[in-house]
Amino acid sequence: MLNYDIVVIGGGPAGLAAAIEAKKNGINNILIIERDKELGGILQQCIHNGFGLHVFKEELTGPGYAEKFINELKSLNIEYKLDTMVLDITEDKMISAINTEDGFMEIKAEAVVLAMGCRERPRGALSIPGTRPAGVFTAGTAQRFINMEGYMVGKKVVILGSGDIGLIMARRLTLEGAEVKAVAELMSYSGGLTRNIVQCLDDFDIPLLLSHTVVDIKGKDRVEGVVIAKVDENKKPIPGTEKLYECDTLLLSVGLIPENELSSGAGIELDSTTNGPKVNESMETNIEGIFACGNVVHVHDLVDYVTEESIRAGRNAAKFIKKELKKDSHTINTKAKDGIRYIIPHEIRVENLDNTLDMFMRVTDVYRDAKLVIKADGEIVREIKKKHLAPGEMERIKIPVKDIKNNNISNITVEVQGKVK
Amino acid sequence: MKEYEKVCIVCPVGCRLTITEDSNSNNGYRVEGNNCPRGEKYGIKEVTNPTRVLTTTVKISGAHHDRIPVISSDGLPKKKLFECMEIINDVNIVAPIKAGDVIVEDILDTGVDIVASRSMDKQ
Repeated sequence: MLNYDIVVIGGGPAGLAAAIEAKKNGINNILIIERDKELGGILQQCIHNGFGLHVFKEELTGPGYAEKFINELKSLNIEYKLDTMVLDITEDKMISAINTEDGFMEIKAEAVVLAMGCRERPRGALSIPGTRPAGVFTAGTAQRFINMEGYMVGKKVVILGSGDIGLIMARRLTLEGAEVKAVAELMSYSGGLTRNIVQCLDDFDIPLLLSHTVVDIKGKDRVEGVVIAKVDENKKPIPGTEKLYECDTLLLSVGLIPENELSSGAGIELDSTTNGPKVNESMETNIEGIFACGNVVHVHDLVDYVTEESIRAGRNAAKFIKKELKKDSHTINTKAKDGIRYIIPHEIRVENLDNTLDMFMRVTDVYRDAKLVIKADGEIVREIKKKHLAPGEMERIKIPVKDIKNNNISNITVEVQGKVK
Repeated sequence: MKEYEKVCIVCPVGCRLTITEDSNSNNGYRVEGNNCPRGEKYGIKEVTNPTRVLTTTVKISGAHHDRIPVISSDGLPKKKLFECMEIINDVNIVAPIKAGDVIVEDILDTGVDIVASRSMDKQ
């Protein structure tokens, strides 16, 4: 049996930042377990630029952003195992893992950091009728094929879903010579950033069909076309609006789900809105000494925020090992109110806060000229004006600890006041 | 008098800009709809010489992957993006490569280099 102070599950941006920060906080016996053949996670396939504006104040590509952390990890001599699959984690932090070199391993950890990221929603989660030909890909899978493995996925493409991955892939496929016929979006607004709609669709005259969805997939061996229809306000297809788009490929960019099979197996409590673990101010789950950070907790749109959150998880995992994390503390619960879908963290042990309380959240609709209202036990403590709020853009609020520390607050709520656009 | 409609992409707000030719203005254009000075700068550039940073991949041998990601060192004229892709798609390189290594120098006489955006060791 192997013994480590901290075992980090996943070597993407979250795992890298957590391990580096734990090491910097005096923990030497750390192991990262990664299932792919290299570190860096999904950043390695995100070859476009725009990463790192907050953390490094420069625009990096995904692989460029990852390389900075991988280099730092190596210079700190943090141990990692590649091509290694974690099979199981128990409540008392026993990890079963397997690879072709070491075989089956049992690893005892004093603390665990969960950084497994998320998965894409596949076709099966959408119940699109039609045949089951080749040529239906999730956008991220197509991205890996094209950007890392050098395979082109198709020549005539329709994309369902206008989140950032869908938009980025529309441009990528066009540059590589494919014809992207349309991007269909079920909602009446795009979930992607405006700059991506301009740079990825408008630049190449790719139509964005809002309030449209795919209602049929045609083709026997290979996709031959998809039928797209307009949807009504209840997201139901409107009969008579169907139109056939001839294509050989359909990309699905229809959402990401935090990957928590291991977490559930360990008995970690999940939030049914985020599909990730419930966490406290230290990014610790309901099991003492098991922390979680990055997309396994909630899906982020900026890797910079993943890094920030994971630094917090790594620092607190180190504190836990050093027995500096306070268990007995006045505890505040957070609650998402009108217009807010969820808030991370779920629970705040005030004694463990340093200078500020950081909260991440998403709104439920697109708002203009609105404000985020933060209340402590019903009393307004802060109002933050926002010109623009959208479900696709995560909001971060920092509250000075002095505003909440000396009161006996039991709830902090956040709500949106303003007009839905 | 020419008038253009553009969506600003400098930040997530996405201001809708109207850019009008105006000989009385210092830089020959009048920009409306922007909430900040960066929008004005973007609007004028977008109608005079729109550029985009290009990211794509190049064939590599001897590494653990068959493709290596590359990026243009600066914005390339929008009109030349596909021509640049043709040149880049014909390039074959061999590992090891360091992040920042120049893969195509001064592509299409634009003064912009295509550089590797990550390192790849020899396997």
